[in-house]
Amino acid sequence: MTDVIIIGAGVVGAAIARELSRKDRSVLVLEKNSDVCEGTSKANSGIVHGGYDAMPGTKKAFFNVKGSLMMEELSKTLDFPYKRNGSLVLLPDGADEETLDALFQRGLKNGVKGLEIIDRDRLHELEPNVNDSVRKALYVPTGALVCPFLLTIALAENAAVNGVEFRFDTEVTDIRKEDGAFRVFAGGEEYSSRYVINAAGVYADVIHNMVCPQKIAIRPVRGQYCLFDRTVGSVIKHTLFSLPTAMGKGVLVTPTVHGNLMAGPTAEAVDDREATNTTAVGLETVLQKGSLSVNSLPGRKVITSFAGLRAREKGGDFIIGEDRNVPGFIDVSGIESPGLSAAPAIGVHVAGLVNELDQRPDRKDFAETRKGTPSMANADEKTRQRLIKENPAFANVICRCELVTEGEIIDAIKRPLGARTLDGVKRRVRAGMGRCQAGFCSPKVAQILSRELGISEEEITKSGKGSEILKGIAKHDI
Amino acid sequence: MTYDVDIAVIGGGPAGLAAADSAKKAGVKNILILERDFRLGGILNQCIHNGFGLHTFKEELTGPEYADRYIKKIREDGVDYMLDTMVTDLKLNDDGSKTVTAMNRTEGIIKVNAKAVILSMGCRERARGSMNTPGFRGAGIYSAGTAQLFVNINGKMPGRQVVIVGSGDIGLIMARRMTLEGAKVKMVVEIMPHSGGLKRNIVQCLQDFGIPLRLSHTVTDIRGGKRVEGVVVSRVDDDLRPVEGSEEYVECDTVLYSVGLIPENEITLKMGAKLDERTNAPLVGDDLQIDSSGVFACGNVLHVHDIVDHVTEEAVNAGENAASFVLYGKVSKGAKGLVESAEKNVYVPGVDEDKMTCVRCPNGCLLSVEKGTDGTLKVTGNLCPRGEAYAVSEFTAPMRTLTTTVRVKNGTTKALPVKTSADIPKEKLLECIRALTDVEVAAPKRTGDIIVKNIADTGSDIIATGSVDNV
Ligand SMILES: Cc1cc2nc3c(=O)[nH]c(=O)nc-3n(C[C@H](O)[C@H](O)[C@H](O)COP(=O)(O)OP(=O)(O)OC[C@H]3O[C@@H](n4cnc5c(N)ncnc54)[C@H](O)[C@@H]3O)c2cc1C
Ligand SMILES: Cc1cc2nc3c(=O)[nH]c(=O)nc-3n(C[C@H](O)[C@H](O)[C@H](O)COP(=O)(O)OP(=O)(O)OC[C@H]3O[C@@H](n4cnc5c(N)ncnc54)[C@H](O)[C@@H]3O)c2cc1C
Repeated sequence: MTDVIIIGAGVVGAAIARELSRKDRSVLVLEKNSDVCEGTSKANSGIVHGGYDAMPGTKKAFFNVKGSLMMEELSKTLDFPYKRNGSLVLLPDGADEETLDALFQRGLKNGVKGLEIIDRDRLHELEPNVNDSVRKALYVPTGALVCPFLLTIALAENAAVNGVEFRFDTEVTDIRKEDGAFRVFAGGEEYSSRYVINAAGVYADVIHNMVCPQKIAIRPVRGQYCLFDRTVGSVIKHTLFSLPTAMGKGVLVTPTVHGNLMAGPTAEAVDDREATNTTAVGLETVLQKGSLSVNSLPGRKVITSFAGLRAREKGGDFIIGEDRNVPGFIDVSGIESPGLSAAPAIGVHVAGLVNELDQRPDRKDFAETRKGTPSMANADEKTRQRLIKENPAFANVICRCELVTEGEIIDAIKRPLGARTLDGVKRRVRAGMGRCQAGFCSPKVAQILSRELGISEEEITKSGKGSEILKGIAKHDI
Repeated sequence: MTYDVDIAVIGGGPAGLAAADSAKKAGVKNILILERDFRLGGILNQCIHNGFGLHTFKEELTGPEYADRYIKKIREDGVDYMLDTMVTDLKLNDDGSKTVTAMNRTEGIIKVNAKAVILSMGCRERARGSMNTPGFRGAGIYSAGTAQLFVNINGKMPGRQVVIVGSGDIGLIMARRMTLEGAKVKMVVEIMPHSGGLKRNIVQCLQDFGIPLRLSHTVTDIRGGKRVEGVVVSRVDDDLRPVEGSEEYVECDTVLYSVGLIPENEITLKMGAKLDERTNAPLVGDDLQIDSSGVFACGNVLHVHDIVDHVTEEAVNAGENAASFVLYGKVSKGAKGLVESAEKNVYVPGVDEDKMTCVRCPNGCLLSVEKGTDGTLKVTGNLCPRGEAYAVSEFTAPMRTLTTTVRVKNGTTKALPVKTSADIPKEKLLECIRALTDVEVAAPKRTGDIIVKNIADTGSDIIATGSVDNV
């Protein structure tokens, strides 16, 4: 019998796992995909929101403000990329000025620091490439950027080091509560636990409804993005949100923490929870609306596009807490935006709930910090020289666009909860994230994976079973 | 480690090799080529098909054979080269010298101080992402060059049911390669109303195998979450916009993108060079020099060349100009520079449909064949007798060179490029491939080695077109 089962290894499940591992207890994370960060946590804006947006008094507002205050410190403790660049909420032509004021007031109520309404001159000084038609803006100096992959991976890795067990390719299909304990059926096996935490993202209602008589309902809202080449990453410095106009809700344009430029997301309700596909209309909308914020958005510099699904629950707010009817079942569902920003605070809060129900001594050897894979691209020459001296594989460049070496890729595979897929490597060390989108490096990364994991190249996948990158050997099917 | 050289050449593909060779022959002593791959030859190593060298050597070579000729030259010249060495930086110093920073396993960070630098880093492919094709992002979406590497260097199949986007030469060549290795190429779609590829490749890569070419069509959706399951192909209008209602679903497990190349310009940007907004290549003077800096560019890093012979010609110019810069401090006025491709004999439907393009020499004559009442064939349009022979053979019993690979044991690559020593009847192609299915050779092998004698009773041998060393 495990003490706690967490369903879902997204940023929320990972944050909770890490906080739970501070105490002496057994924690098991069940994840249907082959890696952490395969759900919504991999496809979002990567913005640590200031917290002005959510309605005062909601869980969204509470956890957003709290989480965003924790993020910078956490990025140092767990070594993931974070950058405070500040956000600007733009008031374009045709948008309602009162909405901007309302946001400002809301932000003040939520306790967001440093908010300011700035005029056109100041705005253009801060952001010379902002679209000429913008008249005014709300300045949010606490807005920041984070790498959503490495945030999630860092939390999970640290949890794993502190004793949390992760089972991948293990989809939960049923849950029963019997004799005060849970029977969790997943991946063809049965697990039992005293507590279950539901962090299943867009499937959190499905999980909830397996055991809870009072049903909840999530209808995903898709958001599509275009990502641009790094050569245009410095077109703007701040994250630019845009207020709604007659054309509808705006999209944001932002640099990413790795220096690319990104525009999106759209907002479309979809029925299929796997509909992370992009559409022609969606991508066109992104580029069109993005250019309302930035002068001459460089459409030709798009290097990829993607989409993520917001787990919108019909109540409109996060659902966080023990279910009224099923003691020991803790929901963390409806975690749509600003879930990434809120995750660190949600982790602490949920672990607190469990600790109240189930008091345990501290884990004596808890490892608070984590060190990430060294990055050759970001290292100065002396560091590069040292890394190569320690391990010559750090001189062997595998991904030329992002300058990622064999040494980094091996580290990504060998570390706790290491990468086992091309996407796993890509999210950990950025091989394949650049302008050629893995054209050059994927055959090489596949060979390294095959060698390090001791499996054949034919077994290497992009993102788990069913996504094998090869279809056999040449000539064998004539 | 620090090295002082006269000329540092970044990239050891055909451009770098020819530039180094010509600079050496112009009298420069100390030349160093820096190449990030484990061997010289650049992209030619994976272009195992034939069709290279018609201009330069007046014969049809495969990519590796063409590269081999220049590798031999620079070995004879005594030009130094470093392999497995990635250049990461290029700085112009105040005294006019340049410092190239590179790294490799054995020496760590390397500094090369050079009087002149030749940029010959080639180009990379545009990917699906840059087309912004909507849909899912599962496995099975590759650029044609990636697929080419999988098949030709690693001996692996990236897919079985293939749709190819883009009908430039690379897309066409890959249609044939995939087919010959056992895949079903469902179609090649091309957004333009004509193909960007050579007519010869339309014939020998598509028509030979009955692969449909869908002009004025493009892929507008990719389906399949984990692995590609199919694509939606749509017709486009005159503005290249998809026409609603023209959608067709095509089942496939693989989409190959062959939609253009962009110069490799990380290093070029490091030295602060300006790029052409349109082509993304560095702006150079008539002498191929960037801003009188003593840094020269040639080959695909400068503009995309359809045929390697033009790369070589341009690189020879760059080498000579760099040599002048080193030896005399300047490049004389009127020095030779850019080599633009001559107009290309592309396939336009309905135009010259009944004519064939002679491939015996670069003239590429358009030939017509008429059958007389007495059964004799009359060939017109040819400039020389070779054209007549070609047309008659193409009309009566078409012959083809087979280029493919065989598996290698204990080699530095898993596949060795090979070809038939003489042309074989077209209908024998697949039979020869079948006969090669279980052939595995032990490394090392050298260009020209006989791998199989008298393959499938054609009277032609299978010979190695590249080399593979022992691991
Ligand atoms: C378009 C968009 C933009 C966003 N931008 C931002 C932003 O800028 N800032 C911000 O703070 N937030 C943002 N968010 C919100 C944020 O991304 C999410 O709130 C957060 O990633 C949710 O994390 P999660 O762990 O709850 O969900 P997920 O990451 O989806 O994780 C859930 C996991 O549960 C697994 N799972 C599901 N069902 C089962 C099962 N039956 N058995 C086992 N495992 C299962 C899934 O495979 C998945 O890995 C954005 C969201 C979207 C869609
Ligand atoms: C698929 C394909 C099919 C083709 N078919 C034909 C054909 O049938 N007939 C024909 O005549 N031509 C053909 N071509 C064109 C011809 O092969 C190319 O034009 C030619 O190879 C370009 O030569 P290059 O030296 O400029 O570039 P490349 O061959 O790409 O060489 C560049 C070299 O630079 C190295 N390099 C790059 N960056 C660095 C760095 N930072 N540090 C160190 N080294 C670096 C690379 O590893 C590479 O070896 C084809 C090309 C392709 C891609």
